[in-house]
Amino acid sequence: MWRVGTVVALRDETATARTITLEVRDWPGHVAGQHVDVRLTATDGYSAVRSYSIASAPNSEKRVELTVERLPKGEVSPYLTQEVAVGDHLELRGPIGGWFVWRAQQTEPIQLIAGGSGIVPLMAMIRSRVSAGSAVPFRLLYSVREPGAVFYRDELEVLAHRDDSVSIDYAYTRAAPKDWPRRPGRIDAALIANTTWPSNLVPTFYVCGPTSFVESASDFLSAAGNNPDRIKTERFGPTGDRK
Amino acid sequence: MSLWCQPARSRLRPRHAVCYGRADLVAIKLNPLIGAKSAAAMEGGSSNFAMPTISRGFSGRRNAADVKLPPGQYLTTDFPVLSAGPTPHVPLDKWEFTISDGANVLRRWDWKSFRELPSETATVDLHCVTRWSKLGTTWEGVSLDTLFADLNTDASHVMAHSYGDYTTNLPLNDLRNKQAWIAFRFNGEDLAPEHGGPARLLVPHLYLWKSAKWVRGITLMRSDKPGFWESLGYHIYGDPWREQRYSGE
Amino acid sequence: MSSQTYNYLDGNAAAGELSKIFAIDVTAAEAQCAHCGATKRFAETHLYMHGPGVVARCVACQHVLLRLVNVRQRVFLDVRGMTYLSFDTTQVQA
Repeated sequence: MWRVGTVVALRDETATARTITLEVRDWPGHVAGQHVDVRLTATDGYSAVRSYSIASAPNSEKRVELTVERLPKGEVSPYLTQEVAVGDHLELRGPIGGWFVWRAQQTEPIQLIAGGSGIVPLMAMIRSRVSAGSAVPFRLLYSVREPGAVFYRDELEVLAHRDDSVSIDYAYTRAAPKDWPRRPGRIDAALIANTTWPSNLVPTFYVCGPTSFVESASDFLSAAGNNPDRIKTERFGPTGDRK
Repeated sequence: MSLWCQPARSRLRPRHAVCYGRADLVAIKLNPLIGAKSAAAMEGGSSNFAMPTISRGFSGRRNAADVKLPPGQYLTTDFPVLSAGPTPHVPLDKWEFTISDGANVLRRWDWKSFRELPSETATVDLHCVTRWSKLGTTWEGVSLDTLFADLNTDASHVMAHSYGDYTTNLPLNDLRNKQAWIAFRFNGEDLAPEHGGPARLLVPHLYLWKSAKWVRGITLMRSDKPGFWESLGYHIYGDPWREQRYSGE
Repeated sequence: MSSQTYNYLDGNAAAGELSKIFAIDVTAAEAQCAHCGATKRFAETHLYMHGPGVVARCVACQHVLLRLVNVRQRVFLDVRGMTYLSFDTTQVQA
């Protein structure tokens, strides 16, 4: 069932990503980790549907935030990141998904592993934890191309400094800040070992990002002795016709 | 109706201008076709009627063109990759193509003997049921006429089989008379695995799902049977010019 | 990223389509492969969506678990590839 949301705010996260805040009058509420399908329709009836993770924590205000990354050959993301204006309407279906979710009732330590825009649903989990006043220990490993690609940087910095039970590690794959201790490169076994909860704590892992990233991270987690049943994954990728 | 066009605002947007006809602008502003409920919809209420909300300024990937396309198709200059499963990687020393009647293999070629057959170049248009068309593509392949030479059969149809589990059915006559090839080169280069290499069936007068990628053989049949997509709602024949996308059209 | 091209997503990507049919969230449902017997959450199956329809495949043996095609006002669903899909009835779609 499709609902119509009104764009009430826009915020650029990076040079290529933007957060869209939608007010959805009949929004039923959501859980951190869920996503929506967005449908765009041209005047001749042509339509395109894409999935976007909800970035905002569950709230009582009927507001939903989506952070969209512009794909170079995308059909929908250029429209959402460059054309959409406050006051426009977007059709949404959702919230969708009941497996890749975090609820404040969970008590075990949580390990979040984000590849690029995979940070979006994990940020919803972090924000949900904050608004629920939860003290569950969270660790985030956030892998990005280079420092300019980090979403929500200020918010994450404040959180990490303020809250002892949240720790954040960044990994850069193409270009790192000056004097960064780790050379730019893809995630590897050593990085996973140094930045994630040890398996004996029996954490729940949430891994999100492009398929290649998710497969790689999951393999390293399994090799580090974690039970695959404790690893939840969500793969991102273009779903329009690929080129 | 005058056409109002605005130039693309950012060089990152698609190159064509966004054009609104006056009727389109009226539809966006007033939604006369939707009726009274549209007011609620425009204020963020739920969309519980069939007409979708028009997204201001969205036109998608399509290009206007003066070329004649089958109904419902749009032109693309890219070559989209569509798949129903993992890309098979078939080493050439294991590759074969067979023609069978279901009980016996009637013809078999390995890569060496296949590449010794006479091949030809064809420039054809491709029409995918997902609505994109790509015109003027150049292929090199072995004609099915060559593969069927000296083969006597009273079969009326075939099932094409691919490495992996993909199948698609066709009338035998649609493979004959210069209508089909086993193609191994595209635009002057070896056919890439993501586009069906080492070799794919190419039957351009039908929707592209009939041009089975990673083809490994065809089975002759005395009656028509639906393949992978035909068994789940797609048209048994698939003529783009009669817009035969789904069963029952 | 890895040099290998991954052309699949996972069951989460098809959840919106399947929400048109299933009253309960499908991503948390358990699916048993009819070919090899492997059991996984639907969220963790491999999903191919770039084509005429949606195809979910078993992670272990790559056989087709589920196929879905939208044909005008109808949805065609083939679930022969699963021995079962098992849902927790205390959960619902939002």
